[in-house]
Amino acid sequence: MKGTKTTIAALAALLMAGTAHAEPLKVGMITTLSGGGAGLGIDARDGFMLAVKQANNPDLTVVIEDDQRKPDVAVQLADKMIQQEKVDVLTGIIWSNLAMAVVPSAVAQNKFYLSVNAAPSQLAGKGCNKNYFSVSYQNDNLHEAAGGYATSAGYGKTFVMAPNYPAGKDSISGFKRFYLGDVAGEVYTKLGQTDYAAEIAQIRASGADSVFFFLPGGMGIAFMKQYAQSGVGIPLIGPAFSLDQGILGAVGDAALGIKNTSNWSKDIDNATNKAFVETFQAEYGRLPSLYASYGFDTANLLLSAMGKADVKDQDAFRDALRAADFNSVRGKFIFGANQHPIQDIYVREVIKEGDVLTNKIVGTALIDHADAYASECVM
Amino acid sequence: MTMNRETILNIILAVLLIAVPLIAQAMDEPFIITLATKVAIFGMAGVGLNIALGYGGLVSFGHAAFFGIGGYAAGILASHALNYEPIMSTPFEINGTTQMIVIWVVALIASAVIALLIGAITLRTSGVYFIMITLAFAQMIYYFAISWPAYGGEDGLSIYVRNSFPGLNTLDPLSFFGLCAVMLGIVLAFSAVLIRSRFGLALQGARQNGQRMMAVGIAPFRVRLVAFVISAMITAWAGALYADLNRFVSPSMMSWHMSGEIMVFVILGGVGRLFGPVAGAALYIMLEHLLGSTFEFWQLPLGILLLVVVLFARGGLIGLLAGERKHA
Amino acid sequence: MFSLFLEQLLNGLQSGVMLFLMASGLTLVFGVMGLINLAHGSLYMVGAFACAAVAAWTGSFWLGLVGSLMAAAIAGALVEMIVIRRLYARDHLDQVLATFALILIFSEGTRWLFGSFPLFLSVPDVLSGTVVMPGGFQYPIFRLAIIIAGLTVAIGLFLLIGKTRLGIRIRAGEADRGMIAALGVNIDRLYTIVFALGAALAGLAGAFVGTTQSVQVGMGEPVLILAFVVIVIGGIGSIKGALIGSLLVGFTDTMGRFLLPIGFEAFFDPASATAIGSALASMLIYIVMALVLFLRPSGLFGTEA
Repeated sequence: MKGTKTTIAALAALLMAGTAHAEPLKVGMITTLSGGGAGLGIDARDGFMLAVKQANNPDLTVVIEDDQRKPDVAVQLADKMIQQEKVDVLTGIIWSNLAMAVVPSAVAQNKFYLSVNAAPSQLAGKGCNKNYFSVSYQNDNLHEAAGGYATSAGYGKTFVMAPNYPAGKDSISGFKRFYLGDVAGEVYTKLGQTDYAAEIAQIRASGADSVFFFLPGGMGIAFMKQYAQSGVGIPLIGPAFSLDQGILGAVGDAALGIKNTSNWSKDIDNATNKAFVETFQAEYGRLPSLYASYGFDTANLLLSAMGKADVKDQDAFRDALRAADFNSVRGKFIFGANQHPIQDIYVREVIKEGDVLTNKIVGTALIDHADAYASECVM
Repeated sequence: MTMNRETILNIILAVLLIAVPLIAQAMDEPFIITLATKVAIFGMAGVGLNIALGYGGLVSFGHAAFFGIGGYAAGILASHALNYEPIMSTPFEINGTTQMIVIWVVALIASAVIALLIGAITLRTSGVYFIMITLAFAQMIYYFAISWPAYGGEDGLSIYVRNSFPGLNTLDPLSFFGLCAVMLGIVLAFSAVLIRSRFGLALQGARQNGQRMMAVGIAPFRVRLVAFVISAMITAWAGALYADLNRFVSPSMMSWHMSGEIMVFVILGGVGRLFGPVAGAALYIMLEHLLGSTFEFWQLPLGILLLVVVLFARGGLIGLLAGERKHA
Repeated sequence: MFSLFLEQLLNGLQSGVMLFLMASGLTLVFGVMGLINLAHGSLYMVGAFACAAVAAWTGSFWLGLVGSLMAAAIAGALVEMIVIRRLYARDHLDQVLATFALILIFSEGTRWLFGSFPLFLSVPDVLSGTVVMPGGFQYPIFRLAIIIAGLTVAIGLFLLIGKTRLGIRIRAGEADRGMIAALGVNIDRLYTIVFALGAALAGLAGAFVGTTQSVQVGMGEPVLILAFVVIVIGGIGSIKGALIGSLLVGFTDTMGRFLLPIGFEAFFDPASATAIGSALASMLIYIVMALVLFLRPSGLFGTEA
């Protein structure tokens, strides 16, 4: 009899341990699912939902809404998520301007925000918040790594180019922070510009030995195609955004050989990443992109915290998030003091695997890299 | 005066607009209140445009510029006040403010000055040229806002805390809705009085026959310019409220999509109808809300529906429900 | 520096010629039918997607080009018969709203069919590479080809309108709609043909541009606004105006982006010079348009509206 009793007690204890954290948690995902930038949001969503599906945790509910890449729509969706859906955690925003519109007021209303992509400098420095976590990076990171790579590759006259908007200016200053050579020319293009003939002519005439460009989305596709046709041939360096899986197919062979900096790549050698790439491909019939990897990591971070604490106990849940006790597709994963990752940033090169264009890691640009704003952050 | 069908319809619309948020409050659905606030604000922007477009026949495809100017008036003044930075210190100090009334006055003056400048040039043209040149000016202001770093550029400007109005907790959704609804009411009343005034008659006369107006000694250009400026001011006022609704402004408030949307509200509801823009905004926002959460390609049925309305329901929603407009 | 200047002039010409393909269809439709068509950019997108899809399927860019012409013309004819036809008698407002709705339908429909990721379309091998131009700079062959193709289409269009029976009818339709009906011309068919012709030109532009840019949903919108700027500057309904307007906008935009930041360096430090110069460059064509309309309210070659 005694034996049975202990068994029951043990079972009860086990059940208690099991139920202690089995409080329901609701996540609101606001991301771009329609219009020109939809590819990025769809990737982030699919990566996130893949992890959710694999975990099969009945206590986790996800609500997904389309922000149409419009800041005012994003703000209203955030209001809806908070007021009507009563979510505990928000995530999903791709673009920095939308993040700036949504995040400060969401965290002020005591919601957690986990960024799957956008991480503007304002939220990393003075505007940091204990409820805001960036799983992806800080916006400047990949540009800084490109600067570091250009320096270590021995370039001394780099032509730099970005669209004329805040993220573009941040990218150029991020690049310059780690670039020690001279700037052969600096050009700000119109946002959404599609013809780069004028800029390419300037690059050709500048006598540069390398070109750093940050042109997200369709702008980058247009630039790389035209650059390849122009026969200028000065090596291109960029952050991974313009050479990511989602758009490589549209750039075609014009992208071959371009060096780009990224904190993730499908050939990072660890079991989690291998499984992620395989299952993503099996589930959706395409290779995962950077954004898919961020979405996947974000969901797994959230699930790991759910296993440790109840989201209603904000302090405990926050500590659980900070611990980042999950298997990241990037291998190790540590948050810095401002809750942005401290991570290695790789140099990738665009290659062809059979018929498919993809990236291969060829080196490491920065090791255990934190962002430049962490010191300004007071929590 | 006996009530015609349109007046009855207007009353029903007004009652609905006020009743829905109250019911939502009772049922603890605060997001419905936010949607109703959006309807009131967009309705107000549309009422502004309707003065130029509906009564004056001036198809402005650039009213988003004024909407944005109103928004930036709120954003800029509030950001200076919240950061304790004076807007200018020489020759005398001007500080920011979080008082809505001051913000509205600034929004009205700023939009009036800019509308006067734009109107003086654009009203020399007519027809499609007018449509396109108003678009061009809006695009100029849009690109200026994107590349101007001082107030956030494309990132926009966060207000963090809604600006204040004496005796009101503006952060409470229902109170803020009430404020917007009252402003909409004021604007509607003003618009109703305006079109019945001598000025309003001159404006409608200038739309139908500019030459005849000149013959009776009224300069259509001046009448149109005044109408354009008034129209812009009302839209800017709505913009200031919209900034407070979202606690955020960005250049996207000035994009040509926004101009198109404000125009859609007016046409969908019924051009030159007093309550047309309100009805149009309500229908559009309802569709966006219902379709958006059910179907990934929700803009497809929205487009088809819009098309059907234009092709088969002439005179917009009000026209459909209240019949042809009676010509004065 | 001088060869850079020459190269930029050529770039301006190429961008102008490309704009002309868009603007000519737009202005033709307006001139003959009095219709404002905001969905013209969608037909451009249809052309680009059709070219990319056919090229991917057959492996031939040239078949893709044929596909783009056909797809855009067919889409144009269908849209005209189903929707546009009902709009001729309406005011510009209804036309704006209906064609705004068509943009939504085309964009989301295309995304439904082709997915949310940009498609691949590249320059055929024959036309890839560069040639050395007089002045000593290298210039992409494909851009030269675009200039030649665009100018050929322009000449063809002038001949079509000036010399053929269809052209006579089109001109007659511009002058007096009642008259040509009285002369026994099938107006419905004429309008469908004109609309399909405009659509085909837009589709062709989309296919060309798709090889150097990104084939994605929404690609038609920026170029649509530019095309409207062009036809308004040139005078709505005037093919000649569209040509002059295209070149003016092409040159202004290209040279502005190139020269303004350099010009401002005389007054400011380089960083603010590029910032101010680029900001002004993005506003420049709209400033030019406002200036033209200030001086000539009906555009350069427009008749009083």
